[in-house]
Amino acid sequence: MPDPSTEILLVEDSPDDASFFLHTLVKSGLAAHLRVLPNGAEALDFIFCTGAHAQRSPANLPKVIVLDLKMPKLNGLELLCRLKADPRTRTIPVVVFSSSREERDLLESYELGVNSYLVKPMDFAEFSESVRVLGQYWLQFNQTPKP
Amino acid sequence: MNESKQIEILLVEDSKDDLDMTLRALRKANLANHIQVARDGAEALDFIFCEGVHAGRKIEDVPRLILLDLKLPKIDGKEVLQRVKSDPRTKRIPVVVLTSSQEQKDVIESYQLGVNSYIVKPVNFEGFAAAVQELGLYWLLLNHPPKPGIS
Repeated sequence: MPDPSTEILLVEDSPDDASFFLHTLVKSGLAAHLRVLPNGAEALDFIFCTGAHAQRSPANLPKVIVLDLKMPKLNGLELLCRLKADPRTRTIPVVVFSSSREERDLLESYELGVNSYLVKPMDFAEFSESVRVLGQYWLQFNQTPKP
Repeated sequence: MNESKQIEILLVEDSKDDLDMTLRALRKANLANHIQVARDGAEALDFIFCEGVHAGRKIEDVPRLILLDLKLPKIDGKEVLQRVKSDPRTKRIPVVVLTSSQEQKDVIESYQLGVNSYIVKPVNFEGFAAAVQELGLYWLLLNHPPKPGIS
């Protein structure tokens, strides 16, 4: 289906984390059009309008892509690499939102050109606060190229 | 080695008014005690790459954030951004452009060069202070940078 208005693309394989994320955005008045996809392969199809998303217009790019790192099929680092290596998608801010604090993941994400890296808090209240600040920052403050 | 010498923000800004407002907003939010100011692109590059008056500095002591205006004397902001993002020693430093330019060309070029975030300076004082605080909070408290390569 055509989807002109996805503002945040969340690539997250945990349904619990995805629903907390959505809940917090709605509660914060940031009920941006959120699309959740469970792995990197589907996210690539969505962004490049292939496969199940062949009907989508490639001009409609999200304002921010939020990525988990550990995912089935295509993981977060592979997806990040593909997005930042392609001039069509290089301008979309990508935020890693992962429970990993490993220096290797941090280094590799920055090497690949991630825009920001947030560690997912374990605590529910802190998790909500992170999502609220993330949403506010990337949807309301940060500027991206206009379609 | 000396923790207290770690610069948290390198603020690159030529306008005296914007510089004063930014510093005031950051201090009011208790966000940055260690700020290095550069008034043009050449000074910024000297600091980042430890040249000229900053020759005694170590390049591994990267700032946590570079806050960069685009229209700068001597060397402009995009060239500073390009130098930082194309050098393996400095490419991981988060760079946020803070500019009055809303031109699509500037936005697109900045992202193509690898900017982490692009913020347009609000025109009124309250808006400006709020944007600087939001930005400082996000990049100094929430974002995780890779650890600087201190040997």
